[in-house]
Amino acid sequence: MAVRGTIAGIDSPAALREALIGAQYLADDGLATAAYLALALGKPLLLEGAPGVGKTEAAKAIGSILARSVIRLQCYEGIDAAGALYEWNYPRQMLAIRQAGDDYVNIYADDFLLERPLLGVIKSPADNVLLIDEIDRADQEFEALLLEFLSDFQISIPETGTVKATQRPVVVLTSNRTRDLHEALRRRCVYHWIDYPDAMLEAEIVMARASSVARQTADAVVAAVGQLRGEPLVKPPGVAETVEWAEAATLLHSQGNPWPEAFKRSFGVALKDQDDLAYIAPRLDAVIGGVAA
Amino acid sequence: MIPKASKTFVDFAGLLRAYGFAVSPDQTIGFIEAVGLLGPRSMEDIRASALAMFAIAKDREDEFDALFRTFFYGQTLAPPVEGDEEDDVEAHEPGMETLDVPVEEDEDDPGDTASGAEILSQRAFAREDEALVSLKDFGRRAERMLPRRTSYRFLSSNKGRRLNMRQVLKAASRTDGDAILLPMLDRKQKQRKILLLVDVSGSMRDQSEGYLRFAHALAQSAQSFECFTLGTRLTRITASLKPKDRDQALSRVTAAVADFDGGTRIGDALSAYLNVPRFAGYARGALVLILSDGLERGDPTQMIDAVARFSRMAWRLHWLSPLAGDDDFAPQTEALSAVLPKLDSLSGARTIEAVCHHVLNVARAA
Repeated sequence: MAVRGTIAGIDSPAALREALIGAQYLADDGLATAAYLALALGKPLLLEGAPGVGKTEAAKAIGSILARSVIRLQCYEGIDAAGALYEWNYPRQMLAIRQAGDDYVNIYADDFLLERPLLGVIKSPADNVLLIDEIDRADQEFEALLLEFLSDFQISIPETGTVKATQRPVVVLTSNRTRDLHEALRRRCVYHWIDYPDAMLEAEIVMARASSVARQTADAVVAAVGQLRGEPLVKPPGVAETVEWAEAATLLHSQGNPWPEAFKRSFGVALKDQDDLAYIAPRLDAVIGGVAA
Repeated sequence: MIPKASKTFVDFAGLLRAYGFAVSPDQTIGFIEAVGLLGPRSMEDIRASALAMFAIAKDREDEFDALFRTFFYGQTLAPPVEGDEEDDVEAHEPGMETLDVPVEEDEDDPGDTASGAEILSQRAFAREDEALVSLKDFGRRAERMLPRRTSYRFLSSNKGRRLNMRQVLKAASRTDGDAILLPMLDRKQKQRKILLLVDVSGSMRDQSEGYLRFAHALAQSAQSFECFTLGTRLTRITASLKPKDRDQALSRVTAAVADFDGGTRIGDALSAYLNVPRFAGYARGALVLILSDGLERGDPTQMIDAVARFSRMAWRLHWLSPLAGDDDFAPQTEALSAVLPKLDSLSGARTIEAVCHHVLNVARAA
């Protein structure tokens, strides 16, 4: 399929980055470049990264700048074709047979087809962005199924034939990298590893996402989170946690708690693992104190 | 005929391939298109396109950067890191003489012929009957208790909880749309693949015989099973474990494994395993069991990297160590304590009974 230099008025990574800011998503250069290339080349975009760095949000932001709705397919162990591709509406088919009596009825008409995310995207590729979330949770068999889908963008239905997309749909895959994806799958995608944002960018994200938070609070929370990420934690706080912590602390402060106290009390929003909490607890003052002062 | 402008990029793809990156022709095409799309206005554009289009994994980015600089900036590449000369670290194992194993640059190729530099020793198995009972018991219960996974496929089944609607509809169309027969479906259950890696180095001398007996019992009862020994090299012994008769199987293992009671280079052996794609593919979604004391003589970083890769590929990664028998056991070597967070469990394996018990209970704990 031909390379499109411009999609929805976006003709460069910088333009995409601007558009994403409009959608309240602050991307770094690497992500903007990879996303632009994926859109321009009509390839799926594969985003990997630690939990909570904004992979799913990126897909939603891309959907919003293209003015398309996001169809989300959440993967899990044991996901199957009936959940991902399509299913026949058997009760309706049965009813149709009974109602038809002696007349002819085509029970394999489109009316009887229940669209699942992949088929939905293939039928109207221009209106949707497909988000295949946490692909690393699905089985390898499902990965194999996706291979066919992602290279040809078509689905075969035994009873009726093959449905093929009229244009390449926009597809975003995300993975937490709990396991390595198959090379064949990676090869079909444009790849980007989303890292934790640097302190400046993260503070800006906090400001953009949580309007009630003051700049000073945002900076303090980002600095504390940065320290926490340096610790050997089971689950280091992601960007989502930073935003929540800033919001929670602001809320507590507005209810009359002094600053260090507000930070400390809302700490559970940032760290959500008992072992991590126990590990940090003795040095909590040092982590927060330095920045909250 | 490749246009001159594109040739550089095609060559770069070739270079990546030569250094072990999996690069396909359509990725190369995508890379050239991407560079064209971005301008390119700077070298950074070319680098970004390459990173995205060749899907360079995060942990290989440094390696990629080095190649990129060499190719596009003409920097010289540091020569590949030579294996350390014989390091003086001795595998400290109380009550055991130190085995002086010269570390050589071997390929760790399974089925390699013996090289003079290794201490090769073959071993006669004594016929011991102590652990037989637990192994027999293991064989009886394995079929039922080894971990299973839900297959992608559905099967007709009377006990199923899901209507086989396709069949119901077919049957109903014969009876004027009355659903009289209700065929059911159930998800097929499959036994998980099991990969067993047995350390046969000198420090494991007391245990390796028992472990191999266990490997034989597992080979007999598991539906999909692979077994390798780790020492100064990696040896595939799955085929040797095939015979039903244990003594026959163990003597074949003895013949196949050339590095019994040698040095321990777990990191090398694990990396060697992962570097053979068809072996590495087997670990994907499998239950991976490592029977080893974790006393690494080689470079610990290699072992840490390899274990991290295993933990990402495996369904569960369990490390069974004969030293971890006590509750208050804490890993003493740098390597083992570093890999601890990557493991799903680190458990004791002093006796065969303990190993059997652990493996049979993996599914229950999961």
